[in-house]
Amino acid sequence: MSLKNVNYVESGISMTLKARCWRLRAFMTKHHRNKEFKMDNTAYPALNELFVFLNTTLTNISIFYSRIPGSGILLKYIKNSHQNDPFRTVLEVMLLVFGIIYLYKNKYRTDNSFIELTPKEIEDLVEEWQPDPLLPKITEEQKRELDKVPIINGSTGPRVKLMNGKTVMNLGNFDFLGFSINEHLKEKAIETLRHYGVGSCGPPGFYGTIDVHTEFERTLSEFLGTEGTILYSQGFSTIGSAIPSFCKRGDIIVADEGCNFAIQKGIQISRSSIKWYKHNDMKDLEKILQKIKDEDIETGRRLTRRFIVTEGIFENYGDISPLPKLIELKKKFKYRLILDETFSIGTLGKRGAGLTDYFDVNPQEVDMIVGSMCHALHSSGGFCSGSFEITDYQRISGPAYVFSAALPAMLAVCATESLLHLSRNPYLPATILSNTKSFKNALSHVKYIKVEGSLDSPIFHLRLNDDVIKVDSSDEKDKLLQEIVDEAMNNGILLTRAKYLRSQEIFDVEPSIRICITASFTKKEIEKAASTIKNVVNKVLKNKIR
Amino acid sequence: MAKVSHTKRSSIIPENSSDYSVSDNVIIDNNNNNNNNKSVEDDSNNENNNVTHKEQDVDRKHRYVSKRRDDDPGWVEEVPPYYFLFTTYFSYLVLICFGHIRDFFGKRFRSNNYQHLKEQNGYAPLNSDFDNFYVRRLKLRINDCFNRPVTGVPGRKITLLERETKDYCKTFQLTGKTKECLNLSSYNYLGFAQADGPCADAVEQVVRKYGISMCSPRLEVGTSDLHLQVESLVARFVGKKAAMIISMGYATNSTTLPALVSKGCLIISDEFNHSSLVFGSRLSGAFIRVFKHNNMEDLESLLKECISQGQPRTHRPWKKILLLVEGIYSMEGSICNLPKIIELKRKYKFYLYVDEAHSIGALGPRGRGVCDYYGVDPEDVDIMMGTFTKSFGAAGGYIAANQDVIDHLRIINHSSIYAESITPLVLQQIYTSMSIIMGEDGTNEGQSRLEHLAFNARYLSTNLRRLGFIIYGDRDSPIIPLLLFNPAKIPAFSRECLKRNMAVVVVAYPATPMISSRARFCISAAHTRQDLDEILKTCNEIGDILQLKLSNNPKKLTIEEVLKYGEHGL
Ligand SMILES: Cc1ncc(COP(=O)(O)O)c(C=O)c1O
Repeated sequence: MSLKNVNYVESGISMTLKARCWRLRAFMTKHHRNKEFKMDNTAYPALNELFVFLNTTLTNISIFYSRIPGSGILLKYIKNSHQNDPFRTVLEVMLLVFGIIYLYKNKYRTDNSFIELTPKEIEDLVEEWQPDPLLPKITEEQKRELDKVPIINGSTGPRVKLMNGKTVMNLGNFDFLGFSINEHLKEKAIETLRHYGVGSCGPPGFYGTIDVHTEFERTLSEFLGTEGTILYSQGFSTIGSAIPSFCKRGDIIVADEGCNFAIQKGIQISRSSIKWYKHNDMKDLEKILQKIKDEDIETGRRLTRRFIVTEGIFENYGDISPLPKLIELKKKFKYRLILDETFSIGTLGKRGAGLTDYFDVNPQEVDMIVGSMCHALHSSGGFCSGSFEITDYQRISGPAYVFSAALPAMLAVCATESLLHLSRNPYLPATILSNTKSFKNALSHVKYIKVEGSLDSPIFHLRLNDDVIKVDSSDEKDKLLQEIVDEAMNNGILLTRAKYLRSQEIFDVEPSIRICITASFTKKEIEKAASTIKNVVNKVLKNKIR
Repeated sequence: MAKVSHTKRSSIIPENSSDYSVSDNVIIDNNNNNNNNKSVEDDSNNENNNVTHKEQDVDRKHRYVSKRRDDDPGWVEEVPPYYFLFTTYFSYLVLICFGHIRDFFGKRFRSNNYQHLKEQNGYAPLNSDFDNFYVRRLKLRINDCFNRPVTGVPGRKITLLERETKDYCKTFQLTGKTKECLNLSSYNYLGFAQADGPCADAVEQVVRKYGISMCSPRLEVGTSDLHLQVESLVARFVGKKAAMIISMGYATNSTTLPALVSKGCLIISDEFNHSSLVFGSRLSGAFIRVFKHNNMEDLESLLKECISQGQPRTHRPWKKILLLVEGIYSMEGSICNLPKIIELKRKYKFYLYVDEAHSIGALGPRGRGVCDYYGVDPEDVDIMMGTFTKSFGAAGGYIAANQDVIDHLRIINHSSIYAESITPLVLQQIYTSMSIIMGEDGTNEGQSRLEHLAFNARYLSTNLRRLGFIIYGDRDSPIIPLLLFNPAKIPAFSRECLKRNMAVVVVAYPATPMISSRARFCISAAHTRQDLDEILKTCNEIGDILQLKLSNNPKKLTIEEVLKYGEHGL
């Protein structure tokens, strides 16, 4: 680049633009002449003015441009590069044009299968389209199932009165500690009612955080031995909200195949990548964790959050997770552990403080303990307990916490009172345990059914023994089990089949009758109930053997 | 004209007549030049001739019927002067820059505070630096405006527990003192959040008779006679054949939608739909398209496109299309354009799901929600959903539809299979409050609450507009968002209100678009006329301090004028 060039930069730009203008004018004149037009300066004064205007503006722009500091250098650069490699200029101009087109093309579509249709075609298609029914009428079978749902007349409890006038022993509900007949709880509830009313009328973020909520959170944290707790207004939605507030796309969740429906839905909504390990199989878990680790090393991918999700007592199987082993693995592979203690809080351990109490593990080793207050605590709502980091973050990111009204004060107080009552009566978990043992002992010799679940777990499943009973399809099994439930009802015992939404459960679950043993029965009652059930089972299944 | 019908009205004396005395005089003074309400007088003259003039005035002033008026121009979003838009964006820019500068130095000199955002001996941080930026640098500064702890009944007044912070809103300590504030935050539309009265009495009895909880899902052993009773009352109330109740409003949406639609179906959703609807839609696996808020042209063109194009890639026809809208949008205060939607529904054959969380009990001459408000037959809506946390002062939610749909839902809805059934005490609150609204308790109490609420909502939103504030939403909506715009005004407004004993909710990004931060007032039937004037005065004062009267409405009134003529031309 010569010095001369630099000197001409300023005037050069205006010169070229001016020249271009004149060329344009010349072109237009020629064009018009071709079409037998008389081009005359006087005939088109407006056109002339336009050219003058264009000319002056362009000159002004070029002068203005040259005044911008650094503009000379830019022009110099452009010229220089053009001189060195004219092709590059073409390329860059094309790039620029492409960029502008791309920017302005607002109708950019990601699905390139869009078909342009005429309005008439659209009209016709709209006309033709017929939707499926919103929901079809239920089948006879479903109707029967609906009709079989027992309706309790009045209060629930160890013995309930049904709408048909019968009073039966209740082995179906989750009131493990028998608080449904606790008068003190009711008095507390009424006292709260007279101070707080019923509804909270607002989400916790907007004046819905009532002092009784904080009180419960504190009591529970103390009871469990965790740092903090967050209270949700429904048990089922708790884990479905807690999981997605931490697990995002790209994170990895390793979960037990036996996990309950709420966990499955929480995992689904989180959009993390999910690996399932065989139900309660620590070897398989270790294998999968190792495999992920190997993949990590192989692909050198970024470290993302990893979680192991499992249950304390499995809702669908009634067995207990081997917590010490889980913690060992979690530490080894650096995962965080989410433990659903919905059924183990209040029932397992010396104090009834759940799985960590049962195995005597430091509760702070578990990153998140999720549970429900509608079971042993005889109230409603759910909670997630863990470090302050875990709970505080959910207060802004847990969808079911942020966007839903807080739990009614009465229910929070009832849950607190239940906890206090449990700590004052430490014999209760032991009573559940001994009742469970007596029941299972009495039932263990029935060959038609399997009693599934750990010995210590107060919920367990009666499943048909496939070696003996000759039915195959789930529907048939459900029918048989329902017969047992009906027959038990005739004999004064309220049982229930475990209900599943088969079409949406990720893994098949065998049909079963779920039995819950509570502390409100005496040993005698329990044994009697067991023997009644035994008779019923024998009677119903006698002629169904292979 | 839909104004008050004056049947038997003269017998009702306002609970607190002293509240009205001030304005009575005003009205009598101005009675002659008040010709806006002519039709009311016509109405009342026909129906009840012996009502004295004075009584009529008292009545008219504090009652109103929530019904769509033919002359209602609808609501258009008002844009503030560009200067304020510019400063708002600029403020966010400054905040973000400052945030980054603080982070830059913080990470170098106080790295302890940033530990939780870094990888820690092989664990990825629980929340990423980027996601956490907004919370850490913008929300934390104004944390004192959120999650304020309360005690007692969230009624007309609410009792806040005073708290203080020593570390710039990171943690709070209760001081042990309480502060009673006028409650503009709770969704207590009909004032049923009460610790006494018929609802509380009935609940007390139910606790004694039914205990606290059912401890089981509905389909197992969690159903009692009370459940069936309340469900049939709800069905009757909303005008559907059947209804089912779920123990949480959020879950009502999030667990019912997956039961209604699945892969191969299309969900068309308003852009401002509630998180629970979005959650449920995502769970269902259906394809989701979004249309502009309450914009019927956009909806129609979207419908045309979706139906004619069919499913993406395969172009198979959709199995079914479900339109999700809300009755009143909780952040905008706007009421969905139901008549137009139903017109579209006839043409495009989609199914309609209306979330009436905020509108049930709060809209309509009989409080039956948005259908009642527009005079639309509930049969035209396929699924009506609502919650009891708001107008009924209870908890939980309902789904109402025809018998077949409800029967089917009972079997396949996640909540009825897996979630706890709703507790009897909450059911009783619903039952009693609903019976009162329906007038089945034999009194006029319900109707009177409905009309008070309608008046309060209309009065406040109209007069805040007259003062020059930018208010979103329809005038009949009990949710009244007052636009603040600049981020600095969010905490300022909240703190100034608190200083003047008013508890208000302020919302900002991400709950609203970045530009339109707002304060949201929820009006209740429990508010008296004096409360409303108090609110107007306070807002006026704060509005002057914070420069909030940004409306380009040429006919702004002063506070004196508003207090004097406020109830004219509602
Ligand atoms: C439109 C809408 N749907 C559902 C809900 C959730 O109701 P609930 O608070 O009873 O869980 C809300 C509550 O804020 C809402 O605004």
